[in-house]
Formats: sequence, structure tokens, C-alpha cells
Amino acid sequence: MNNPPDVTQDPKEYEEYAHGVHQHVKRYVMVGLALLAFTGITVALSYVDFGTRKANIGVAMLVATLKAGLVAAIFMHLAAEKRLIYRVLIFTGFFVLGLFWLTFFAWYNPIVR
Amino acid sequence: MEIPYTISTRPDTGLWNAKIGIWLFLASEVMLFGGLFSAYVFLRLDAQPGEWPHGLLNVPVGTMNTAILIASSVTVVLAWAALKMRRYRAYWWYMLATILCGIIFLVVKLYYEWPQKFNHFGAFIKKEALEKYEPYLGNHRQEEKGLEPRIEITGHLENHEALHDPNIKEYEIAVDPVFADPNNPANDRPHFLYVPPTDKVIKIEKEDVDRIDSFGPWHSAYFASYFTITGLHGAHVLGGVLVFLYMWLPVSKKVYQRNPEHLANRVEVAGLFWHFVDLVWIFVFPLFYLL
Repeated sequence: MNNPPDVTQDPKEYEEYAHGVHQHVKRYVMVGLALLAFTGITVALSYVDFGTRKANIGVAMLVATLKAGLVAAIFMHLAAEKRLIYRVLIFTGFFVLGLFWLTFFAWYNPIVR
Repeated sequence: MEIPYTISTRPDTGLWNAKIGIWLFLASEVMLFGGLFSAYVFLRLDAQPGEWPHGLLNVPVGTMNTAILIASSVTVVLAWAALKMRRYRAYWWYMLATILCGIIFLVVKLYYEWPQKFNHFGAFIKKEALEKYEPYLGNHRQEEKGLEPRIEITGHLENHEALHDPNIKEYEIAVDPVFADPNNPANDRPHFLYVPPTDKVIKIEKEDVDRIDSFGPWHSAYFASYFTITGLHGAHVLGGVLVFLYMWLPVSKKVYQRNPEHLANRVEVAGLFWHFVDLVWIFVFPLFYLL
């Protein structure tokens, strides 16, 4: 949800805004239920054999990423935020991916004992 | 002195200041947990077959804790929405629910999950002795089926004195179900429900054991990363609970009475932190409990 208008000044605008919030509450509860359902799915899928363990890890991480996306987009309001916050997060994403890339890089070039 | 932009937005950023502050902080948190998760990936990729344990954590309890964190994420966002609608009473209840969820999560972790690990033991069998313990390990069948070899026998250590007394030549372990019936296909994959060690006590000669340890951080790369990441995560939950407690106590009602929007913004910022903690757990749960 976007930042509120300056509701301290105008009571009418506030009324409208409060009504908007009320609409969002329903969505928060729905997302919460979806997250619970996805948790159940994650547990269930971990007992399904997808052939290799790597495949199972891939599936579980996919569901986890979906859940994380829901939390970030709806609960953390990232679906509609100000540009400055996106900019900060682009930098973060870049560096955290770099961090994981270094890990894989090290794995492919092990120190030989 | 009045602190600027706690409620109204700064014209150039379009945001009140605390919101930028918390996002910068969360960005640094992403790097902190990112470092630990990449260490986990590194350790796991480097593990030899059989070295990375599976099914040692209690899945139903982990699932319950996941559900509790998700529920608390919902209640904190509802608490914030209640403040936006100027319903302090509802806010108070939602906040209480959030705090209780956080406390339950921590109690389960500290008083149930962790202590249970500390009195569970695993004895890593020396390579040359593996054949001797074949009746408990069932590695012939594992190899046939293309499954990872078992190199560790786990369960409850019956004679703790053996750890220190050089005169005792054997460890007596009440083994986990897998080692009581190693060739049963039902034991190929971890069970959903936690099954305690069986009554079957086996003797393992000390000279056949590489090392024996309880399931603490010292046990393996797996438990080292488990305790580091869940420990740091638990510290975050504790931090969140303390902040919420402050916002729930009567002191914060004064802030509300002065300007409700100010408290709403505080709750939003603390909520963002809380959702991030939830988000980290969403990855911790499958990585450590399920896979």
C-alpha cells in the first residue's frame, strides 16, 4: 500500500483512506492463508521423489521463492513502493547474487589439499 | 527539537525518513544472512556422500513454527491497518497476538528443539570398520539402490561415562529406528513424524569409531550451519518481540494520542523487519528440515 495522504489535515480524505485500508485487510488475510497452504505444499513435496535430491531442492526453493515473493510484495508493500527503495534493493540484489556467485566459483575451483 | 519527516514525507524522496532507514538496514541484513546461506551452500556442495545428514530435525514441529511465524506476520500487518483506521483497541489485541507468536516460536526453539539435539548422539564409524557394522548400516542395500552410504550410527548414548573413561572399551547406543532395521524400504527416506530411538541397544567398539558427538554445532558442518543460522534468526525474533513489546505497552499510547500516524509508522517499520525475519525462515525451514 502506498504511503498515506497527510490525513491529519483533512478528515474527509482520511475517511476515504481508512476505507482503502479496510479493503487491504482482506487481502492480507488471504495472503496469510496462501502462505500457510504453500507451507503444507512444501512439506508434502519434500516426501515426493523427483528423481534426484537436486531436483527436490530445486522444487522446494521454487516454492520458497514464491512464498518470499508474496511476503515481500504484499506484506512489505514492495508491489508499490517509491523509486528510492527499489534503487536500494537493486544494489542489494546485485551484491547478494555476487556473493552466491563467488561460492559457486570457489566450488568449481577447489583448493587442492 | 522536533525530528523532521517522522510522519510527513520528504519532498525529494517521497518517503518519511524511518522507511528509508529500515530498508537500508534490511539491505545490510540481506547481506548478513546471504553470507551465511552461501556458506551453507558451499559446505553442502563440498560434503562427501553420506556426510550431510537428513531427517534429523523434527518436521511437524518445524512446520508448526513456520505457521506461527506466518500468522504473526499477518497479525502485525493487521495491527498496522487497525492503527490506520484509528482503532487502538484492535491494534492492542493484534499486537499482543504477534508478541505471543514470537514468544511461542522462541520457547519451542530453545526449550524443545535445541535441548533434544544435545542428548542425541552420533558415532562416525571408521571406513575400515564399516563392514563390521553392516547389520546396522545396511550399506550393501544402499549401494544397490544407488542411495548414499551410511557412515554414522545415531541414537541415545546409554553409557555417558564411556566418553571420559578410557577403561570402557565400548559405546552403548539405543539406536534410531533406521539402524534397528536398516534394510526396511520404509527407512529409505526420512519420516515425517519424529520417531524416538528404539529399545535396541548396540555396542560399538571405541577403536572402530572415528569420533562420537552429540548433535551440537560441533557435530558436523550441517549442525554448525543449522545452529548458526537458526541462532541468529532466533536473536532477530527476540529483537522483534522486544520492539513490539515496547510499542504495545502503555508508553506507546502517548505517542498514539499525540499523533496516531506516528505510532502507525513505527509499527510499519518494525513490521517490515518482522516480515524480513519471516522471509528468512521461509528459506531456513526447507533447507534444514526437509532437504
